[in-house]
Amino acid sequence: MAKVLVVTSGKGGVGKTTSTAALGAALAHQGERVVVVDFDVGLRNLDLIMGAERRVVFDLINVAQGVAKLSQALIRDKRLESLWLLPASQTRDKDALTDEGVRDIIADLRTRFDWVICDSPAGIERGATLAMRYADEAIVVTNPEVSSVRDADRIIGMLDSKTVKAEAGEQMKKHVLITRYDTGRAARGEMLNIDDILDILAIPLLGIIPESQDVLRASNLGSPVTLNDAASTPARAYTDAARRLNGETIAMMVPTEQRRRFMDRLLGRRAA
Amino acid sequence: MDSKEPQRQLMRLRGRSYVAFVFSPIMPIVNWLDEIDATLARSPGFFIGRPIVLDLSAVDLSPHGIAHLVSNLESRGIRVLGLEGVEATGLDAGLPPVLNGGRGCVVEQVEPKRVEIQPPPPPPTSSLLLQNPVRSGQRIVFTEGDVTVLGSVGSGAEIVAGGSIHVYGTLRGRAMAGINGNSAARIYCQKIEAELLAIDGYYQTAEDIGETLRRRPAQAWLDGDVMRITPLN
Repeated sequence: MAKVLVVTSGKGGVGKTTSTAALGAALAHQGERVVVVDFDVGLRNLDLIMGAERRVVFDLINVAQGVAKLSQALIRDKRLESLWLLPASQTRDKDALTDEGVRDIIADLRTRFDWVICDSPAGIERGATLAMRYADEAIVVTNPEVSSVRDADRIIGMLDSKTVKAEAGEQMKKHVLITRYDTGRAARGEMLNIDDILDILAIPLLGIIPESQDVLRASNLGSPVTLNDAASTPARAYTDAARRLNGETIAMMVPTEQRRRFMDRLLGRRAA
Repeated sequence: MDSKEPQRQLMRLRGRSYVAFVFSPIMPIVNWLDEIDATLARSPGFFIGRPIVLDLSAVDLSPHGIAHLVSNLESRGIRVLGLEGVEATGLDAGLPPVLNGGRGCVVEQVEPKRVEIQPPPPPPTSSLLLQNPVRSGQRIVFTEGDVTVLGSVGSGAEIVAGGSIHVYGTLRGRAMAGINGNSAARIYCQKIEAELLAIDGYYQTAEDIGETLRRRPAQAWLDGDVMRITPLN
């Protein structure tokens, strides 16, 4: 039974695309058949994070308009057999997406994969509403700062009203994924802490991803952070989140970078 | 002798017309009576209290036969008001009178109306209960009365009520109570972090809410034309 996830946030730059790639890769690593779908038509990035930008021939819009078949547009990841990418178009804009087109593509993807992960564009307009429209579950990505949390709250309201599931009177399952979390700054009161965020958003926590150079490094290499350095703190946090998505119960760790540095100091000088 | 001249009663004749059902028996009469029985079986009491006229122009019955038919109908609870289409001569005096000059008309729907059981209309609600958090960007307008929110009201959300507003979570958004000029309306919340509070047009923004009150249970009410915000415990 395929599950359609939307990764959304309202605010831009909080880590939707990074999280989509990382969670997709982590789920695929666990043996699931996964497709990550870039809904950010006109400003696509998922292909870069996945390191597939040189192999894009057809895209979501081509499939939606019947120019290309879905099998022609899907790109298989070079590292993981069961991970696929459906890229967005860079030359079109979000008006090129239609409700029916998205519905048909999602329905088709459901038959081919275990997980369909839709990377939503920022904002609350057409692109974002279409990305969430046919989803079964939502991952709301937020940074520990007030503007991001308020936008996340707004998006949760839309998930509860504008999706097919909500319109059918069902409750959509929602998770919050806190990214760029810095324990030190949160302790000093420079950031919202976890309890504040959960109190405001009132939805279950999927994971806490620490602020880390590893994420940036992986992005620039065109590799999901969970594949680039599976032992890094953010990679482990994403892997745990992916396992929670899969129904496992894993204790929530508030990740710290300090421990990593300590381990580095101990094991940093590995003999070649 | 005080016998008075008895007052003469003026006998006034008034005309009045009624709509009657016309039965037109056809031969053989036995089959026709079966039809009547079938109708009665479907809806007993269909003919009770209704004026019935018997049009005998289609059948040729002896005075005895007519009397027999009328008594047959009477035994089924059908009382015949008059006869039509026969000569009055030779008829038994006990039979209903012969009528003439009848005009056809459209009979209104006479099927006994089925009593439709409709659920009574819901009583007009004077309060609105919201079980879920009110999210940023959502606007709840309920001019008929009070609004109760079991969750929190997010920053950037707005509640507008004709009556009072009760928030059992944290009020982070805007709350406007008593918008129809109800100055007795109040705003209650478990934790006050509101962006704006208004009652009957008088408002206070977050800046005006004392720092000592923040994050505490509080209520807002109007004291004349001054809005007071006081802790709830």
